Amino acid sequence: MTKKEWPLWEVFIRSKQGLSHKHVGSLRAADSEMAIENARDVYTRRSEGISIWVTESNNLFASNPSDADSLYEPSDSKVYRHPTFYDVPDGIEHM
Amino acid sequence: MKEQDISRLEQIFQEKIDNDIKIEPRDWMPDRYRQTLIRQISQHAHSEIVGMLPEGNWITRAPNLRRKAVLLAKVQDEAGHGLYLYSAAETLGADREQTIDDLHSGVAKYSSIFNYPTISWADMGAIGWLVDGAAIMNQVPLCRCSYGPYARAMVRVCKEESFHQRQGFEIMVNLMKGTPEQKAMAQDAFNRFWWPSLMMFGPSDADSKHTAQSVAWKIKRHTNDELRQMFVDATIPQAELIGLTIPDKDLKWNEERGHYDFGEINWDEFWQVVKGNGPCNKDRVDTRRKAKENGMWVREAANAYAEKRKVRKAS
Repeated sequence: MTKKEWPLWEVFIRSKQGLSHKHVGSLRAADSEMAIENARDVYTRRSEGISIWVTESNNLFASNPSDADSLYEPSDSKVYRHPTFYDVPDGIEHM
Repeated sequence: MKEQDISRLEQIFQEKIDNDIKIEPRDWMPDRYRQTLIRQISQHAHSEIVGMLPEGNWITRAPNLRRKAVLLAKVQDEAGHGLYLYSAAETLGADREQTIDDLHSGVAKYSSIFNYPTISWADMGAIGWLVDGAAIMNQVPLCRCSYGPYARAMVRVCKEESFHQRQGFEIMVNLMKGTPEQKAMAQDAFNRFWWPSLMMFGPSDADSKHTAQSVAWKIKRHTNDELRQMFVDATIPQAELIGLTIPDKDLKWNEERGHYDFGEINWDEFWQVVKGNGPCNKDRVDTRRKAKENGMWVREAANAYAEKRKVRKAS
């Protein structure tokens, strides 16, 4: 049999009910089931999680860091997207 | 890429470092920064993995069930730490298989401390207290390292390792409250592990070829000698409190410096062990190599099983 490395998996953990899954790291495993079992041993030895997501790393697509300026700058210039941009007359307490 | 483009990128990179902005895997970074990190992180990973062996030696012979459960948990943590670190190295483009083969062929190094044998139960105390203590001293500043994945792995490692040091110290405390034989056993372990623990911080600053660049890149936050001094200052009062004698006739509190002065480290011994001539170097690497070879059929079987299930699911 040819030597084949187990694929790389990215691991996401929900730390408690009500919070979203968060990336915690990666690991090697032969398939998704083993990836979840390994993730349990590697990333949740101290009750860090109640739910695990794994995905093969080569199925993950990312934005390019060198595009960051053009991607995110426009949102900085639109100050009217924030409530503090607007004047609220005195006498109004909650809005 | 043109030379001026690279120098522009290098400038942006250094500005980020200077402003304490973390570098993440897909960001541009100088090749030497990448190579330095791959070397350091993989050595660190190897140290965690090889570090399981001296303690694994005592799991079956722990004096009671509590100690056995604790030692098992500690060794399992070391395995986990090795895995966090291998995956951090992979974010830099290091190939995991190659990284591990480099350990087995002797190209890659690991912490020299694990080339000393563990000949008595007290060694479990000395290792937890001194070796993990020294490792924590090294690792806490690494939590602020400029490379994001390494820093995040270190946060986890440090959180988990604080119990490692305490369990070791507890073993020493109990032995020092015991019979004369138990006290002698603790003192003997301390005598054997004290100097190698000081060597864990690496060569003195004058002989450390990587320190200056690593400090400029904020991979390292303190020099080897600074960390070694911090460790000595923290550990001496602990040893004295439980009645251990420090095996260093030159050790003295220096009122003016506000630090302990200590004797000269045996650098010949240090370099001998680094070069592979320590008491257990060959044994440690052989054990790792055999583990990989003997586990090969398991990894292949898992691959074959995964393949079979994929086919079955598709049909």
